Amino acid sequence: MNILSGDPSEIFRQEADELFVQLETALLDLERAPGDKETIASAFRALHTIKGSGAMFGFEALAKFTHHVETVFDRVRNGDVPVTPGLIGVTLIARDHMRLLIDAPHQVDAAAGPAILADLDRVVRGQGEELPRKPVAPPVRVVAPAPAPVPPPAAPGYRIRFVLPANAFVLGTNPASMIREMLEMGSGKVRCDASEVPGLDGLDPERCYLRWEIELITSHAVEAIEDVFLFIRHETQLTIEPLPPAPTPEEAMVAVESVGSERAESAESTKPVVAPVVAEPVARAPVSAPASSGKPAPEGVVKVNADRINGLMNQVGELVIVQSRLKQIAHSGEEELSILSLRAVVEEMGRLVSELRETTKGIRMVPIGSLFGRFRRVVRDLSKELGKQVRLETRGEETELDKTMVESLNDPLVHLIRNAMDHGIEHAEARRLAGKEEEGVLLLTATHVGGQVLIAVDDDGKGLNLDRIRAKAEERGLLAYGAEISDADLAQLIFHPGFSTAQSVTGLSGRGVGMDVVKKSIDALRGNVEVSSQPGAGCRVVLRLPLTLAIIDGLLLKVGEERYIVPLSNVDAIVELADAALEHPGEEGNRFLFIRDELVPFLHLRDLFAVPGSPPPHEKVVIVVVGKRRVGLVVDQILGDHQTVIKSLSRLHADVKSFSGATILGDGRVALILEIDHLIEFGQHREERLRDALDPARKRGSYETLVR
Amino acid sequence: MKLWSDNSKSLIIAVAGDLFAIPVHVVCDILDLLPVTSVPTARPFVNGLINVRGRVVPLMDLGMKIGLGAATTTPDSRFVVIELEIDGEETLVALRADKVHEVAEFELVMAEEVPRIGLRCRGEFIRAMGRRQGRFVMVLDLERVFASD
Repeated sequence: MNILSGDPSEIFRQEADELFVQLETALLDLERAPGDKETIASAFRALHTIKGSGAMFGFEALAKFTHHVETVFDRVRNGDVPVTPGLIGVTLIARDHMRLLIDAPHQVDAAAGPAILADLDRVVRGQGEELPRKPVAPPVRVVAPAPAPVPPPAAPGYRIRFVLPANAFVLGTNPASMIREMLEMGSGKVRCDASEVPGLDGLDPERCYLRWEIELITSHAVEAIEDVFLFIRHETQLTIEPLPPAPTPEEAMVAVESVGSERAESAESTKPVVAPVVAEPVARAPVSAPASSGKPAPEGVVKVNADRINGLMNQVGELVIVQSRLKQIAHSGEEELSILSLRAVVEEMGRLVSELRETTKGIRMVPIGSLFGRFRRVVRDLSKELGKQVRLETRGEETELDKTMVESLNDPLVHLIRNAMDHGIEHAEARRLAGKEEEGVLLLTATHVGGQVLIAVDDDGKGLNLDRIRAKAEERGLLAYGAEISDADLAQLIFHPGFSTAQSVTGLSGRGVGMDVVKKSIDALRGNVEVSSQPGAGCRVVLRLPLTLAIIDGLLLKVGEERYIVPLSNVDAIVELADAALEHPGEEGNRFLFIRDELVPFLHLRDLFAVPGSPPPHEKVVIVVVGKRRVGLVVDQILGDHQTVIKSLSRLHADVKSFSGATILGDGRVALILEIDHLIEFGQHREERLRDALDPARKRGSYETLVR
Repeated sequence: MKLWSDNSKSLIIAVAGDLFAIPVHVVCDILDLLPVTSVPTARPFVNGLINVRGRVVPLMDLGMKIGLGAATTTPDSRFVVIELEIDGEETLVALRADKVHEVAEFELVMAEEVPRIGLRCRGEFIRAMGRRQGRFVMVLDLERVFASD
């Protein structure tokens, strides 16, 4: 296990990341269902573990701070404190603070922690006063540096009885240090019950036969004592009773048998009551993307399903066998036979490599749900900031995507969500007038389509203002005045870099802050983005992304002397040029194909790439598709499929738009990968131009400026 | 990145009939000619790609870039692979050289003021000049040659 070889605090960070997600999810769930015991328990467990592991890894400040929040949630769990929006609000802020204590402990404002705790205290107390029918819980005394902020029962101490599991010594538990730890909380008497110890002949030296009873005088809470048993709590029989003088009704006896007993414990307590919002404390953390955004998550560790590792191991095993067969063939004398068996091995090897590729790809895959989960907080905070009611719905969380891709999607998606909430979804008043539900809905969907992942952001807001977009585009020279353009193409203009430079566009036209930034980051992932909108009914942005960044299935083509790759996932059909070309009386000759009752424009790659010489007799057309847009590419020859390891082009070729990258072929030569998006755009505009040429009445302008 | 220290060694190559000096510490490899994949629509002086040990590397025609005309292929032609930072990205680039002469240390004649008159190539790419066996050697300003323009 190399788990010990790395920086141990890094492991804690990873673990804490998950715990923070768990906590945040639970809190946001509680906002909708405040009484759910499972959810409360989940939040509590997260806090408890953050505290425990935090202390273990030396994050003292974190442990101390979290302890106070945990205490409150323990009382929530017991039904002493109801779940209120106020409580959730402060706890979310507290969560951000904990995160900061881990990520950047030196930048933490010393006053921030106590201030949050004071807010928490206020929320808890405010609640207590409003619900006089409940036994008023003693207020949480929050004194930041003091180690004993918990509501201490009036009792001066506890009687603690514990029986360690028989195998406690084997597990490495040292009762002496545990007793010492408890005694350090105050003072007390320890009694050891050795009645179970057998005679020497029956004694198993590794077995724990002893029982202890401690009368501990302390001001610490029960939890502090329970924490001593943190690691063996399941197995230990532990009884903690307050010492006689003043037993409180609630904590008269807490029998802890297992962590899972929350239900039983809280069964007696009154149901938490949802009360109206107590003045929500002012958010201290800036309301925006979660603290994690912008900062890439640590790349170091990926959690992998054991099945996948096993699969990988099996395949590597097979590969080893194939390799030894190969060796045998190489050393066998018989030439004739060698060739035949060599072919068989090559086939076998081909299968194995492609399986290995799939498995390895799988290891890098993570469900997109982890990313979607983060946006709940974004949506919650934004709707508070904007004063709009917005509900986030997600579908297809289980859809898997390359880990690095998931990380790079965070920012563009936050951007799109922000845009949809800021400009798409209307205020409650306007929605009521429009006959819509007051609460807007933002829907995130992820699905696999072919070799691609499709992520859609839908809102049910007012949609894009196409007239404004047209006006803006005309003003900025992206579109000739009065030019004929479909609504779909018009909407697409919001991604044009020239479109959204001015801030004023936002307020007036509805959309467009930095949509080009979104497009740029999606382009960088070799994906594409499309927007569609229905006036009054909402807007939909679809991101199409390749499953992985490293290797794709490609179709190898030949044009002139060079070979090119088209991503197989973009290939729709392959036809003979002669069969499919439609005679067209246009100036540029036949430039359309008739494919499945549809006219598809096509491009001669020979012309486009200025290949000298005349084309061979039987040219083929590869129909490539992106979304609903198609274009035919005329090539000399189809060479077959090719597993393509993508290499990016250098900065020296940043200006080359027709290629998205390059790869190395079997013979060591370099082949370029065609950038389908660009070619389709090019083809579509050519088509528009041709249509205009055929029908001069339509020709009022062109938007050739788009093609660069 | 400082490409030149005062007496660093240089690789001397011939491009389109003139001698050029490249600081030795940026040179990664000197290769015999390899098959070149042409990049349609790219700028003419970087219209090729080669495979250098599994990496896809752009091939620059230095002569064309600095205005001396395209390189010719001779038995002495080589690809000189250098590594340098382009727009903040460590990049491998191959240069076409008509001939690779030697690694030498030589005295720079006019360190700063290279005369614009009398140069066959575009002066802004020349950083300094030196002399080797009676011939002038031009010291390239690689940062400028590869700056995105």
